[in-house]
Amino acid sequence: MGQQVINGLFLGSIYALFALGYTLVFGVLDILNLAHAAVFMVATFVAVALVGHGLDILLALPLAVLFAGLLGLVLERVAFRPLRARTDSNIAGLISSLAAATIIEAVALEIWGPNITRFPFGTMPEGPASQFQLLGGTVSRLQLTIIAVAVLLFLVLTWLVKGTRLGREVRAVAESPRSARVLGVNVDRAIAAAFFISSALGGAAGVLYGLAFNSISPDMGHGVELKGLAVIVLGGMGSMPGAVLAGFALGLTEVFVVANLGGSWRDVISFAGLFLFLVLRPRGLMGAAATREA
Amino acid sequence: MEQLTDIYLTYQSTIGYIGINALLALSIYVSLSCGQLALGSAGFAAIGAYASALATMKADLPFPVALLVAALLPALVAVPLGLPVLRLKGVFLAIATIGFGEVVRLGLVNWDYVNGAQGIVAIPQKASIWMIYLAVAVTLFLLWRVRGSKWGFALEAIREDEPAARTMGIPSTQYKLAMLVLGAALAGLAGGLEAHFTFMVAPNGFGFSRVVDMLVFAVVGGAQVFWGAVAGAAFLTVLPEALRELAPLVGIEPGPLRLLVNGLVLLLVILFLPAGLVSLPRRLRERRAARKAARAPAGGAGAAA
Amino acid sequence: MSALLSLRGVERTFGGLRAVDGASFEVAAGTVHGLIGPNGAGKTTLINLVSGLLAPTAGAIELGGRAIAGLPSHRIAGLGVARTFQSIRLFPELTARDNVLVGQHLRRHPSLLARLLLLRSAGEEARAAGERAGALLALVGLPDRANEQARHLSYGEQRRVEIARALASEPSLLLLDEPTAGMNPVEVQGVAQLIRRVAADGHSVLLVEHNVRLVMNVCDRITVLNFGKVIAEGTPPEVAAHPAVITAYLGSER
Ligand SMILES: Nc1ncnc2c1ncn2[C@@H]1O[C@H](COP(=O)(O)OP(=O)(O)OP(=O)(O)O)[C@@H](O)[C@H]1O
Ligand SMILES: [Mg+2]
Repeated sequence: MGQQVINGLFLGSIYALFALGYTLVFGVLDILNLAHAAVFMVATFVAVALVGHGLDILLALPLAVLFAGLLGLVLERVAFRPLRARTDSNIAGLISSLAAATIIEAVALEIWGPNITRFPFGTMPEGPASQFQLLGGTVSRLQLTIIAVAVLLFLVLTWLVKGTRLGREVRAVAESPRSARVLGVNVDRAIAAAFFISSALGGAAGVLYGLAFNSISPDMGHGVELKGLAVIVLGGMGSMPGAVLAGFALGLTEVFVVANLGGSWRDVISFAGLFLFLVLRPRGLMGAAATREA
Repeated sequence: MEQLTDIYLTYQSTIGYIGINALLALSIYVSLSCGQLALGSAGFAAIGAYASALATMKADLPFPVALLVAALLPALVAVPLGLPVLRLKGVFLAIATIGFGEVVRLGLVNWDYVNGAQGIVAIPQKASIWMIYLAVAVTLFLLWRVRGSKWGFALEAIREDEPAARTMGIPSTQYKLAMLVLGAALAGLAGGLEAHFTFMVAPNGFGFSRVVDMLVFAVVGGAQVFWGAVAGAAFLTVLPEALRELAPLVGIEPGPLRLLVNGLVLLLVILFLPAGLVSLPRRLRERRAARKAARAPAGGAGAAA
Repeated sequence: MSALLSLRGVERTFGGLRAVDGASFEVAAGTVHGLIGPNGAGKTTLINLVSGLLAPTAGAIELGGRAIAGLPSHRIAGLGVARTFQSIRLFPELTARDNVLVGQHLRRHPSLLARLLLLRSAGEEARAAGERAGALLALVGLPDRANEQARHLSYGEQRRVEIARALASEPSLLLLDEPTAGMNPVEVQGVAQLIRRVAADGHSVLLVEHNVRLVMNVCDRITVLNFGKVIAEGTPPEVAAHPAVITAYLGSER
């Protein structure tokens, strides 16, 4: 039981990080950025490459996250900004993000190949020495580190969004781009910032995921892509606290379902949940808008 | 003539897949034609594929009946699915229907009677190329007749401005549901044909990436007109074949090259050709006309001076 | 005179705002009824309530004795209500003619079978509809713009196509929301004539307009709305002389 709670929190923290970025862009642009999972994947490879060059993971992680954020800026410029004026921009944006995801995946496939890549041995301390007992379960240092990094990032993000001017501008744009512009907000800059933050979070989730499961391949984003979708729907599209809550809820539920029903039912829960929520409670756990135009 | 037969034999599977992909792309197109991004087609195709395979293999039904089942069963499923889901707008509808498709796929993975993730193998090969193309032709005929009719205008009106269309007496929910059901039937039919064209079906052939492919066919070809989906399916089904030849020349592996080109084509189309490849000739003509027009007055001014 | 449209105590709130606040009035069959009031008085909201784009939060709306409040808009259209929009809502990618053809939805009864079997009758039905659309465009003075995409038309032309599209359903009640906004005086004159002609053909018109001259000239009766409430009603001269109207307009506009 305690073990399962720990495993659930651990999985949930990765889902939550991934979904936070996803939902941030949705909140600001009403666009589903399907390239988010590609950023997640590529950041992981970058971290592996940096560690392979002898960097400590504590240095490689922030560098990979920075890389992911910059990639997000590029995506915004190439695949989203040109479409913003279009009336069908949410469908067009979904498709161009799909195109971007495909291109990123192609590049990763060409550079790193289709096979599974791993972090070099010893990237994180392993073995019995690095484990200890908590809540009646065994926790590894790795798991704790991941949860700690996730919580740290939540705090940084909350400060960024609530406590800084840029964050307030991003929120204003999410509320209404038109009135934000009237209020003198630099909308382009706010949207770019949202993409940077979003992609950085996606990259962080990727690196942590890679460390946790140590099975890294160009298609590793596919599974988490749809999971992330489920999380942001459950949390309420565009709601950041909702994404965190739903991320942990999904992580915990999955762990319990696997333990009690068997592994093959794990994914059924998230998609059936996603589907039922959209039909019965489209605003999710914490979202405001119901069947709004998006 | 002999050469043609050779080409046919070599590329038989590609030719068949162009037709199957065209049907799948059309299944997405029909909802897009009234502005709905419904992405349940992989799920519908899976239902059609499995239902028809069971019909021919377990129930010994004749193949045409099995195909009928393949089209009707997903269409029936689409009604209770559509009633709640079509209230959702834009990407919310897309997400809900993706969720539906994944539930279907995972249901099949967990269904031991159909061998779970392994799927059904040794399905009798009963679908021939002419059947596939007959299905495409009938669909295109139907869509051609709807275009320009009262119903065709209603669909366009819903796509452009649904509330305004409703004030003209157009029952938009019924139209959207009808298109979802038609799309489900088309996808199911394609699934049934595919199952009996390739001997086997497996749940993972009907995942999210499959429906993404269908959407890409429809959009790259052009979602404004019904033949766009077919053009897109043909182009993007043949492209990998062509790229396989090309890959050694550019020094990129065929797998990544295919992905790269697909992604670039999609990006370029969505950025520069929103009405798809089928609009390219018209766009080029307009471009040329505009350039001529720009030159003419300049020449006139020069002559006056 | 029998009432075609009657509103009793109709109310619509947005959050705390009462956009329409207990409005009651009637539109008699075959008349042009003006609905005026300062900006934000609730005129457009009222048109949205009658056409079913919004549901009232309280009150009754009847059309020919039938309760229509809260019905879906396509049902209300089916009962004979058509409208134009203050913020033009043509289908921008369709041509002017095709816009009007969409408007004929309720008046076309083609047979699907005939269309699939390529029967002559199907072609004839479509041709007849196209001709009717052309005639309606001619009626609003745009006989030569039929093949132009709506988004390429001028503002005034777009407003007139909207009127043609609304007329295409042969409504018993036509709701016009500021049909002359942005038009030049010549176009305004044309719309005035058109409205009179439409009324002469037996349709009723509910006309929201800021152009006071036009309202005074074409309306049989006028209802004045302010802050969602009816503050005056009567013939044009009665309304023009009504003290509440004068204060409302002097107080807020001029
Ligand atoms: N959908 C809505 N949500 C919130 N408030 C609304 C909505 N529609 C209208 N309102 C408010 O209701 C009030 C009445 O608006 P309405 O558009 O009906 O006025 P109007 O008389 O048509 O004005 P105008 O002459 O400027 O067109 C206004 O205060 C407006 O801001
Ligand atoms: Mg108004």
